[in-house]
Amino acid sequence: MIHQFTIDNTNIVLDVYSGAVHEVDDMTRDLIKELGKKPEQKEIPANILEKLSEKYPEEELKEAYEDILELSEEDLLFSEDPYSEYAKHWHKNSVVKAMCLHIAHDCNLRCKYCFAGTGNYEGQRGLMSLEVGKKAIDFVIKNSGNRRNIEIDFFGGEPLLNFDVVKGIVEYAREEEKKYNKNFRFTITTNGILLDEDKKKYINENMVNIVLSLDGRKEVNDRMRQRVDGTGCYDSIVGKFLDIAESRGQDNYYVRGTFTRHNLDFAEDVLHFADLGFKQVSVEPVVAEKTEDYALQEEDLPAIYDEYEKLAIEYVKRRKEGKGFNFFHFMIDLEGGPCVAKRLSGCGSGHEYIAVTPDGDIYPCHQFVGDESMKMGDVFSGTMDEKIKTMFESSNVYTKPKCADCFAKFYCSGGCPANAYKYCGDINEPLEMSCKLQQKRVECALYCAVKFQQMKEEQGE
Amino acid sequence: MKHIKTCNKATLKESMKKGGCGECQTSCQSACKTSCTVANQKCERV
Ligand code: SF4
Ligand code: SF4
Repeated sequence: MIHQFTIDNTNIVLDVYSGAVHEVDDMTRDLIKELGKKPEQKEIPANILEKLSEKYPEEELKEAYEDILELSEEDLLFSEDPYSEYAKHWHKNSVVKAMCLHIAHDCNLRCKYCFAGTGNYEGQRGLMSLEVGKKAIDFVIKNSGNRRNIEIDFFGGEPLLNFDVVKGIVEYAREEEKKYNKNFRFTITTNGILLDEDKKKYINENMVNIVLSLDGRKEVNDRMRQRVDGTGCYDSIVGKFLDIAESRGQDNYYVRGTFTRHNLDFAEDVLHFADLGFKQVSVEPVVAEKTEDYALQEEDLPAIYDEYEKLAIEYVKRRKEGKGFNFFHFMIDLEGGPCVAKRLSGCGSGHEYIAVTPDGDIYPCHQFVGDESMKMGDVFSGTMDEKIKTMFESSNVYTKPKCADCFAKFYCSGGCPANAYKYCGDINEPLEMSCKLQQKRVECALYCAVKFQQMKEEQGE
Repeated sequence: MKHIKTCNKATLKESMKKGGCGECQTSCQSACKTSCTVANQKCERV
């Protein structure tokens, strides 16, 4: 399977199953399009030659055909699927390797799009006790098999509302990891309101990553991210975020925003972050009920596509000028990146990754919290619902009909099961809107990777 | 090749052989908490 697209006059051909990425001239692009499948004969088919020779010289067309033939024979173009059998007989035997701890089901902001329903996840507002936190650590140690690295994300609501418990859990985990030969890696997500010097110091000493929630330009941020009294939070946090980003050497953090229908020009927000000096940026589309006024709609897609392309072009330009930054969704490693098994299996929710509520209940991931039918158990009993676990474990790119002919499958890995479940009723049925955005982002990311590759070559010369 | 420039060594199939050790990070943990993207992940063994 191949996928062709053009961004900013750059024609790119992705060979899906090998992962090969090619840049081609306009003539070759047209020729590949006409061929449509793996070339079968040694010479260019007469009908195609006739058709395209109206536009391009015959000799050149023949040359391009030979190039296509050669790459096809090397399995770098029109290559076949070598993974489907592998996927069918795949037993993951997974262990829990990551846990999202809902340290506080409460928040000091009232962001309008919050999937946690302003922090409380449709339930009682509440803080996790140290006791529950310790049980969660015991649980993950017990269920992580031979896996050494274990990731713990302190999440909310707003985790800084319960920071003493965060510290207590870290301390406890550090003791336990020695006994069981584990290595805990902590991350935290915060809205910044309560960030101060002490917390900054502690976070920098103990957490491998921090996610800083901010949406972009002041007016964009303050429209959605508001305090209880309705005032925006931009002015009081942006300085703190810049400071903590600097203190971490501009690495191992993300400033993370959400874009909605109210800022379809979200490239401006990404660039706003870059202009402020942030080097690690992530801005994602909101996921919401269609009836919300801020929800992205089908008819917004052309504008969003344009915006992603515009961003990609500017992203490359800035890198060239030595003013580069990282945009999470445009980061693709063409040479390495994760192995195929990882690319097929996705986020791991419900089997490798779980979320724990303040009361100690276990859910497949943070986005399922509050949906009683998805409750998998609790950290006290120490076991997980096998039926739910198996449902997630046995799901992969090859169990999702929609992904079969999607070119983006090895970059997307089958989408977000939580969105699929919430909006389509089945974790194996990805949400169409998310797919369209994902596909566009993959195209843009490939474009950037090709351009960066060129840059490297030019500099090397 | 004059008309096609291949930009990478295609390593996807190769990765099937060594793949699946499971030591890598889960993908939703870091910057995205609402979507799944694996393309930008790192392999722990490289
Ligand atoms: S974009 Fe959609 S169809 Fe494509 S791999 Fe992802 S979830 Fe599957
Ligand atoms: S189900 Fe969705 S939100 Fe949950 S971990 Fe997976 S990708 Fe992330």
